[in-house]
Amino acid sequence: MRDMTSSLSLRAAIISLALFLAFLGIWHLATRSNSAVASMSPEYAKLMGATATQGKSAMPGPLDVGAKLWEHLKRPFYDNGPNDKGLGIQLGYSIARVGLGYLLAVLVAIPLGFLIGMSPLISRALDPFIQVLKPISPLAWMPLALYTIKDSGLSAIFVIFICSVWPMLLNTAFGVASVRKEWINVARTLEVGTLRRAFTVILPAAAPTILTGMRISIGIAWLVIVAAEMLVGGTGIGYFVWNEWNNLSITNVIIAILLIGLVGMLLDQILARFTRMVTFPE
Amino acid sequence: MSTFDDPFDSDRALSPAGCVCGKHRSESEHALATLALRCEPIESEEKRYEGVVASAVMRAIFPKDAARRAFLKSVGASTALAAISQFFPLKTATEAFAETGTPEKKDLKVGFIPITCATPIIMGAPLGFYAKHGLNVEVVKTAGWAVVRDKTINKEYDASHMLAPMPIAISLGLGAQAIPFAVPAIENINGQGITLAMKHKDRRDPKDWKGMKFAIPFDYSMHNYLLRYYLAEHGLDPDTDVQLRSVPPPEMVANLRADNIDGFLAPDNICQRAIYDGVGFMHILSKEIWDGHPCCSFAASREFITTSPNSFAAVTRAILDATAYASKAENRKRIAEAIAPANYINAPVTVLEQVLTGTYADGLGGIKTDPKRVDFDPFPWQSFAVWMLTQMKRWGQIKGDVDYKAIAEQVYLATGTRSAMAEMGLAAPESSYKSFAVMGKTFDPASPEDYLNSFKIRKSS
Repeated sequence: MRDMTSSLSLRAAIISLALFLAFLGIWHLATRSNSAVASMSPEYAKLMGATATQGKSAMPGPLDVGAKLWEHLKRPFYDNGPNDKGLGIQLGYSIARVGLGYLLAVLVAIPLGFLIGMSPLISRALDPFIQVLKPISPLAWMPLALYTIKDSGLSAIFVIFICSVWPMLLNTAFGVASVRKEWINVARTLEVGTLRRAFTVILPAAAPTILTGMRISIGIAWLVIVAAEMLVGGTGIGYFVWNEWNNLSITNVIIAILLIGLVGMLLDQILARFTRMVTFPE
Repeated sequence: MSTFDDPFDSDRALSPAGCVCGKHRSESEHALATLALRCEPIESEEKRYEGVVASAVMRAIFPKDAARRAFLKSVGASTALAAISQFFPLKTATEAFAETGTPEKKDLKVGFIPITCATPIIMGAPLGFYAKHGLNVEVVKTAGWAVVRDKTINKEYDASHMLAPMPIAISLGLGAQAIPFAVPAIENINGQGITLAMKHKDRRDPKDWKGMKFAIPFDYSMHNYLLRYYLAEHGLDPDTDVQLRSVPPPEMVANLRADNIDGFLAPDNICQRAIYDGVGFMHILSKEIWDGHPCCSFAASREFITTSPNSFAAVTRAILDATAYASKAENRKRIAEAIAPANYINAPVTVLEQVLTGTYADGLGGIKTDPKRVDFDPFPWQSFAVWMLTQMKRWGQIKGDVDYKAIAEQVYLATGTRSAMAEMGLAAPESSYKSFAVMGKTFDPASPEDYLNSFKIRKSS
């Protein structure tokens, strides 16, 4: 059995690697210089970019991206003033913003979710509001937040909060509401107080569902931060993407995309680990 | 006694009767002095400040004019000066005064959009113009005009780079709540262009542009008004015959490449960037529509001006200083290098150089030279504001009666800028209104309504 799983993961790794290499190869071939170059005088060519003079594709190849990535990784924490900081600093700002907005969302969603889950009345009363607020895009919240909060940093945090609160709230409510009736009845027979029942019976029983909600939420929060930072600017990985887009540097945009993906995966894995810790066999 | 008088002149008349400015004994002397000022070289900054300080000290010691006169008569002016210098450090005081009023706030934040229009605002940081005027200014790159507006209204920025019509629109409450804003300096004149996608290189006559999609940076922009004007002069109704889209400048080239738009009237370096990347060509420079048109402005809220008048004065002087530096052709290459890094505009130096020096590739294989492609002249002509108001009304952004002059004078601070420029030894125009021609049609700021009514194509209200 152990042999089989190890050989399975080995085979999966080989296929992953092959897919990755194939992807790089196709990417490399697709971005080679191909378009015809119009003839131009040397003085004119000096005033033009590589796309126009050498027929270079506007899309960078994997080698360009790799070289640029290495450049960024060599000095991740440089600070050239308010509008140009290293990728490490930018990611730090983004993670801090996400952390703050997410923490606020946890503080609101879990107690409120508990309440909703334990009381069918409140659940029904709040349901229409939740259903309407849940699908709103972060970009739609932004102008409203900027206008009312009057601070772009806080607005970004608010937008993360408002977008990541719903999955947690719904999952908590669902988890709490679907705790097995028998367990609650047993607790009741043993005359366990409401508060103690909530913490020693309902919370552990609902924990896996709550954690799943939190895991969905962290993903959303990380999605939102990029959009929010592109809009308010200043610092963060979203601002980095915008600033490089400004300079039409697709290479840097691809690097940012890669890093956003990696950090998102990391955050997700952390929550996944927590989920496994609280999961119990039935 | 005015602060700028010679404090050691015992013969000076004390009665307020005299000339209009109060500095001269009679109208004729005033006229002579103003004439003399025009041809005389401006006295050194130090000397000017020395007189101001000495005057203030004399006034402090002898608050009564009659007593001061008696003292000067009995000891003579030079003795008086020597006597005062003994117990009052006139030299030090003069030095302190030359720095002018201490800014209430030294650390300022100024927002900008990464385009060459913002050159004076941006270069003030790397080339030290803010530091020279005693300020520590952080120039913050911002994602779009609406965000600049909101962040300046929110007081996250003390002052900002704004499109010239924006402070008027904000003061009038168009597209935002009405908050009084003011413009002490125009950032740049000219420096925009109509860029078309390469596929239109044989469709140069605007009459053939029906159904095309154009991008402009913002509704309240000179770009919007100039493009509409240009199209309308060629018989197209910009509201029905073409589509105009508000697109933030950085996204314009990407949209042009993706074929989402057919062209744009955009700020530079965006036009030149489209050429540099081989996606578009320069149809015309905006100066061919109106030579000397304003584009962007340096703007601050009235609240900032009243709560931190010294900071505002210092930052205005820094901008005027930087603008004067930028207006000289020989400095342009150095500026291009200073503002190109990622911390500022984030664009290739060649592109910025082509914009600022005016020797550029036109996208069709030719090299053109026009040293006035972009120019820098800080004076906020109130007639500019009046013209913008006529266009706002023409295209239905404002309705009803407009008090052109009152709004222009409230938002465009020509008087303050004129005296600041004079103090700095920069030539400032005497008047705040001037007439100019847009596509050969003369605009008279005195009769804006007639001008407006002379246009056939306009939004029917």
